[in-house]
Amino acid sequence: MSTPAGSRSERTIWSVSELSRRLAAALEERFPTVWVEGEISNFKVYGSGHAYFTLKDEGAQIRAVLFRNRMRRIRFEPADGLHVLAFGAIEIYPQRGEYQLVVELLEPRGLGALQLAFEQLKERLGREGLFDQTRKRGLPRFPRKIGIVTSPRGAALHDMLRVIGRRFGEIHVVVAPARVQGEGAAAEVAQGIRELNALGGVDVIIVGRGGGSLEDLWAFNDEMLARTIAASKIPVISAVGHEVDFTIADFVADVRAATPSQAAELVVREKRAVAESVADLQRRLVRAISRRLQTQRDRLDAVRERRVLTDPHRPLRDLTRRLDDAAARLFRAARASVRHAAHGLQLATRDLRARNPAVRTRDDRRRLDDLTGRLDRALARGLDRRRHRLVGVAGRLDSLSPLAVLGRGYSLTLTASGQIVRSAGQVAVGDDVAVMLHEGRLEARVTGRKEHDERPQV
Amino acid sequence: MSDLKFEDCLARLEQIVTALEAGNLPLEESLKVFEEGVSLARQCSKYLDDAERRIEMLVKDESGATTTKPLTWEEEER
Repeated sequence: MSTPAGSRSERTIWSVSELSRRLAAALEERFPTVWVEGEISNFKVYGSGHAYFTLKDEGAQIRAVLFRNRMRRIRFEPADGLHVLAFGAIEIYPQRGEYQLVVELLEPRGLGALQLAFEQLKERLGREGLFDQTRKRGLPRFPRKIGIVTSPRGAALHDMLRVIGRRFGEIHVVVAPARVQGEGAAAEVAQGIRELNALGGVDVIIVGRGGGSLEDLWAFNDEMLARTIAASKIPVISAVGHEVDFTIADFVADVRAATPSQAAELVVREKRAVAESVADLQRRLVRAISRRLQTQRDRLDAVRERRVLTDPHRPLRDLTRRLDDAAARLFRAARASVRHAAHGLQLATRDLRARNPAVRTRDDRRRLDDLTGRLDRALARGLDRRRHRLVGVAGRLDSLSPLAVLGRGYSLTLTASGQIVRSAGQVAVGDDVAVMLHEGRLEARVTGRKEHDERPQV
Repeated sequence: MSDLKFEDCLARLEQIVTALEAGNLPLEESLKVFEEGVSLARQCSKYLDDAERRIEMLVKDESGATTTKPLTWEEEER
């Protein structure tokens, strides 16, 4: 047979419409759905919400349409020059003699769709300045009320409350419940941030959830949520997933915590550090005053001994009284201070115990109580002992004093040159002598003398 | 007391402790500042502890207004 298919006599003449219809049928049968890879060009979204573009490679191009209802499922922003993988069906437009790909799915090649969307949003918000360091606010040093936006049933909340409870009990936490993954999660988290802002008195907000897949964490890459975080009047800490997970929320938040537990730690860290330094200052205060009092006691001892030895005529009772007074004042003042402190600490401790404080704080307080008690007892012991010693020494010195001897009725006889007369042989009859009595002195003249005397036997 | 006053309070306490530790103050003065220091330390502790330990959750009431209710949460580590 030499004739091509369809001889002249048998030739079939199609109408344009008919041919088009047959082509369409063949195409649809042959290519019900296709995956096609190419580069996007002439991407344009029309008023209807449908997007039209061309998919091309080095040798060819094909028109493509992305209907509005399909567009919503695509998570990145299609743009000219992007290399994509499209899934869809071929459709003929008989009126214009064209065919096009009706796109059902569009995925970027190279980066994953989510990844690309993330990069795109990150770049856009970055250009707007939402991530600028100058926008970042510091965290409050002593937060009293912490807002947490997260799932009320999630492990993240549990972790955060555990850290806050363990590190520093006295904090008021307000949880704004929100779903943290799936459709509508971003809107709920944003709503939580707004409500905590409206509530009043919240010092810092933690926004977060535990780890999960990129899909799970997706709510935190939402543009509206990013803008809500940026607009929050209260500083926001983002704590999404694990150390390696970065979300848009992390970039826009004032502080990014690696994990929810770390966010909680950041919030209470400074407060705890300051509380510890206050406890430390209290301990040093007590130690310093007890050293100071010891120094003073040592000085009193030294003064007392020096004065007494160098100047025996100084009225000893007076000195003793002054020492007693000083010691008693010292004792009373120190005691009052310590009592005062100990009482305050007891009250505080009881108060803390009633409110179930951290064990650690309780231990600190107990040590301080113990220290003040010991100081108190040491002061009492030390001062009493010294006072007794002083009274004893003073009494002994008193009895040895020449003045005391005279007080018992004895007298001293002195020669004109001031020597004490111990023997009758020291003077001659007619000599002038002075007789020192307990009170006053006598001027006398020797009218007779005996070298030996009958004195009473002792 | 505000955070600012707390800072002043803490700074004064530090100053007192440093002065007492140096041991150069006359005795009367030492006792005076010691008492001041004890009182400051108490104030500081009180300020830090002066927040209730409460855990609450935001809820909507019938009218749709936001309010709070206590959130029961048991700490397992004690």
